[in-house]
Amino acid sequence: MSIKVAYWPGCVSRGFTPELHGSMAAIAPLLDIELVELDRAACSGAGVIQEHNQELADSLNARTFALAQQVDSATCMMNICSTCQGAQSESQERLDANSDYRDHVNETISREHGLRYRKGLDNKNFLWLLVEEIGLDELRSRVKRPLAGLKVGPFYGCYIVRPADRLGIDEERPRDRYLHQVIEALGGSVIDYAGVYKCCGFPIITMNREVSLQQAGRHLGDAIDADADCLVVPCPLCHLNLDLQQPLAERVIGRDLGMPVLHLPQLVGLALGLEPKELGMSRHVVRPTSVIDWSTAVVGASAP
Amino acid sequence: MAEFTLRLRRYLPESGEAAYWQDYTVELEPHRSVLEGILQVRAEQDGTVGIRCSCRAAICGSCGVRINDRAALACHTHLSAAAAGAKDGVIKVEPMGNMPVIKDLITDFEAVHWKKVRRVTPWLLPDGPPPEREYIVAHEAMVDVTQPMACIQCGACVSDCLSMEVDPEFIGPAALAKAYRFVGDPRDGQHFERLQDLAEDPHGIYDCTHCFNCIEACPKGVAPMSQIMRLRRLATADFQIDDRNNGKRHEQAFTELIEKYGTLFEAELLPRSYGGKFHPRALPELLRSLPAILKAVMRGKVTAMKALHHPKLPDQKRVREIFETVEGREQRYDLNLYISGYDDDADDDVPADAKAGDAKAEASA
Ligand code: SF4
Ligand code: SF4
Ligand code: FES
Repeated sequence: MSIKVAYWPGCVSRGFTPELHGSMAAIAPLLDIELVELDRAACSGAGVIQEHNQELADSLNARTFALAQQVDSATCMMNICSTCQGAQSESQERLDANSDYRDHVNETISREHGLRYRKGLDNKNFLWLLVEEIGLDELRSRVKRPLAGLKVGPFYGCYIVRPADRLGIDEERPRDRYLHQVIEALGGSVIDYAGVYKCCGFPIITMNREVSLQQAGRHLGDAIDADADCLVVPCPLCHLNLDLQQPLAERVIGRDLGMPVLHLPQLVGLALGLEPKELGMSRHVVRPTSVIDWSTAVVGASAP
Repeated sequence: MAEFTLRLRRYLPESGEAAYWQDYTVELEPHRSVLEGILQVRAEQDGTVGIRCSCRAAICGSCGVRINDRAALACHTHLSAAAAGAKDGVIKVEPMGNMPVIKDLITDFEAVHWKKVRRVTPWLLPDGPPPEREYIVAHEAMVDVTQPMACIQCGACVSDCLSMEVDPEFIGPAALAKAYRFVGDPRDGQHFERLQDLAEDPHGIYDCTHCFNCIEACPKGVAPMSQIMRLRRLATADFQIDDRNNGKRHEQAFTELIEKYGTLFEAELLPRSYGGKFHPRALPELLRSLPAILKAVMRGKVTAMKALHHPKLPDQKRVREIFETVEGREQRYDLNLYISGYDDDADDDVPADAKAGDAKAEASA
């Protein structure tokens, strides 16, 4: 059975990390996900517009939610960016909590053909959709090339795990364990290291570069010390600081790193049988050599 | 009664020996606190265990520790909850982070926390002579600062702050929340000076990496990060403080790009965050980022096309209208759920568990 979602890819996945958008498009048919892209929706604010004017960010997000609610028979709205998830969940919390506020914001957005956000939207990061809508068993059954022997360090970042109650994390839905669960379902081994729930440092890259890159460098170094082959991230902004900026982080912390960082859809795609190149891995700044070596070794081993 | 294992971090600096873990088993009702567990250990098994406490009721803020890797009040954490959250059922208790340890679970507040709180001038600085009788203040104005006022100075947020972990000079969540308590107080006469000071300091409001750890750690709902964001909002939007850390420029550049294009034009964001391509500060900053940019171009991440051109959204006009309406208001509307609370109504609209598509009929009606 296919799952239809109102799809919000975010800005960065169509900008500086095009391989994220591309890899999501590549794996969607393999998982029977139908992506209806919200191509009229605006930026989630990424915490920055919120900082400038909270109501403005809430209004832009309410408009996105309303557009998503117009997508016929969609299971939910889906994003592939933790930062969007966090920023949108924060707006949604305020909109859902207070009907006067919701009416007030709806008045602003209704000038566009009577657009109106109705309380109770279900907005899920791809990671949550994988576990909650597709299910780990189903995912496991679709794996063509188990990630056997690949040591993957989960890097959750901030926006998708904190604050836990706003993001609906509880015993029933341990969303702060989903990356662990997905890596295992794909046949890989999970590497626990100090940085699993820490911050990549991206939000202050233009304000305090040293501190920002020290954070990125430290987590990458910790993952190396824990013997990870690669990291996996559900957020393109984390990817920017951990991959694109990795050469600069190396200089700031005075240590060679060379740790490949994969987007979640890329890791899933590998296990579903796609090649690193089809998943855009050649676009990474840090060549995912260990991952490519692993995939050729697996192919070599399974050859007759 | 139930049995709980407490794994305590032991450390005595004068001994010259490294810190180590020691396990103790206690028998107590599950609803008893971790603090009660530790006090029982001290009373019945090992009198040398060090922990600070006083009120035992989450009021005095002295029993902050890290339980299973997260900062919390020992007196405010049930043994049962701590055991449920423990990896192997063993409750791990260690001193808070980002502060030196005096002994076992006792951290040195003076060395870090109080020094930072003093850094923000934590007292009222009114303009002019005091009124003859009391200050008269509008009710709403004081309600606004009740959130930072709820702070009990326990240091849990400081312990888990991820910026402070790499930058010990960061003023940090508790002290900055305290700063908002005065910047938001109408009786204070130094709002601009306070904000300018905190915006210009490289370890001030723009050194917070927005990680939410302080919000998660705080036992009193102070949400220090939200107070920091309010400080930023006041510094940029209200006082137009053009700080040397690019805080205002970054926020402004980001917001303007969304107003113009609807989605983020990243290639423009970086130079604009440094004040525009031709700003004297932009060149050195951009040169420092050059190796990363070149690599990105080489790998086909960033194309010349993408660097120069960014498409507007199909109905960008609509997005701009939202900007105009909201930014045109005389007063900003900041809904703070800490103060307003949550509606408990099931609501007119759709059931809370409704799926995205369900609302379609009405939305287009
Ligand atoms: S949000 Fe900011 S102040 Fe709070 S813990 Fe993170 S870095 Fe520290
Ligand atoms: S803000 Fe919260 S966590 Fe931080 S010191 Fe105050 S009460 Fe403790
Ligand atoms: S002993 Fe006072 S807050 Fe815990």
